[in-house]
Amino acid sequence: MNESPFSLFVSACLVNNFVLAYFLGICPFLGVSGKLATASRMGAAVTFVMLVSSVCAFGIHALLDAIGAPYLQLIAFIAVIASTVQLVEMFVKKVSPALFRALGIFLPLITTNCAILAVALFQTNKGYGFVQSVAFAFGAGLGFTLALVLMAGLRERLELAKLPDVVKGTALALALAGLLSMGFMGFAGLGGGAS
Amino acid sequence: MSETIRPGQEPVSTTDEFLKGLWKQNPVFVQVLGMCPVLAVTNTARNALAMGLATLFVLVCSSTAVSLIRKIVPKQVRIVTFILVIATFVTVVDYVIQAISLELHKALGAFIALIVVNCVILGRAEAYASKNPPLRAAADAAGMGAGFTFALLCLGVVREVIGKGALFDVPVFGPSYQEWVVMILPSGGFFTLAAWLLLFNALRQRRARRAAADAAEEVAA
Repeated sequence: MNESPFSLFVSACLVNNFVLAYFLGICPFLGVSGKLATASRMGAAVTFVMLVSSVCAFGIHALLDAIGAPYLQLIAFIAVIASTVQLVEMFVKKVSPALFRALGIFLPLITTNCAILAVALFQTNKGYGFVQSVAFAFGAGLGFTLALVLMAGLRERLELAKLPDVVKGTALALALAGLLSMGFMGFAGLGGGAS
Repeated sequence: MSETIRPGQEPVSTTDEFLKGLWKQNPVFVQVLGMCPVLAVTNTARNALAMGLATLFVLVCSSTAVSLIRKIVPKQVRIVTFILVIATFVTVVDYVIQAISLELHKALGAFIALIVVNCVILGRAEAYASKNPPLRAAADAAGMGAGFTFALLCLGVVREVIGKGALFDVPVFGPSYQEWVVMILPSGGFFTLAAWLLLFNALRQRRARRAAADAAEEVAA
């Protein structure tokens, strides 16, 4: 794989957007997209965890390859992610208690955000180098944030609309996500082809 | 999610523990958990079935294991312990699928490994298995897993029939059928799930309305 870091970045951010094309991280996408401010901060937290775990995953993969124990990969990845999330949680709690409350249960749940584990898995499966991995993780995080913020904007507007009871809630959010996903299909072919 | 058996409450039979996951507390349609694999691998019925069975296996094994060790795990590190137990079983499934069918392994891709972070599994471990004996935990997990597989199939069948005009790779509409490609694409997944949720919402509301009407009639009579 010799894709340039920039094309990987664009690809992960727009063309193969993690939420809208790969369906990763749907739970926070539906759960925290109610308010614009919360959504963007959640995006930032996820991006940070993604970057850290991507760097760690790169090291772990090299290490496990060296000692010949690839079957430990998944377990090691998840352990690293869980500890990074713990770190972020303590940091947010200290720096901004208000944000801590707003994110609520979704902050510890970043551990089980499949987008983060997926970044670690994809980069090792595709054999990206260090710079490529970081670019990929950053693109994925930014793409996640973008999807979350767009969705939050749409949902804030929808608050004002009159709706029948049946469509309220998750069903409507999913239909919206479907439309957004269609929009993102327009990016196909951008940034040197899909991976 | 507080279905632990409280003292004084009528004990629920093990069969009921199994059945509630299928319908009343279906993890996908009612609890809206584990959405990622639900949307990602349901572009064909075959993938959906494979994913459902893999999840079912991990769910039953990890719930039983978590239930067995529930008394020796300290409260502070329980989540990490559960995740590691789950990750172990997922690694097993990953290698087994690779051994059975490499083609299927490719089609499901990273999503087999991503079973680790399926919230249904951690949710059952935390909410049920860590508080109940192994047999009940296994029954509960089997029910949830079966409900999850059922939901995956609901989506997979609809998407494959409309999007490819086939079911389990067998054509159903004849050669002149114009495929709705959008149903196979990501947005189709969102739309199909939205439609199923709408249907379930409508059914639930109708039942509630009927119950209310019946109650009103009784009062009148």
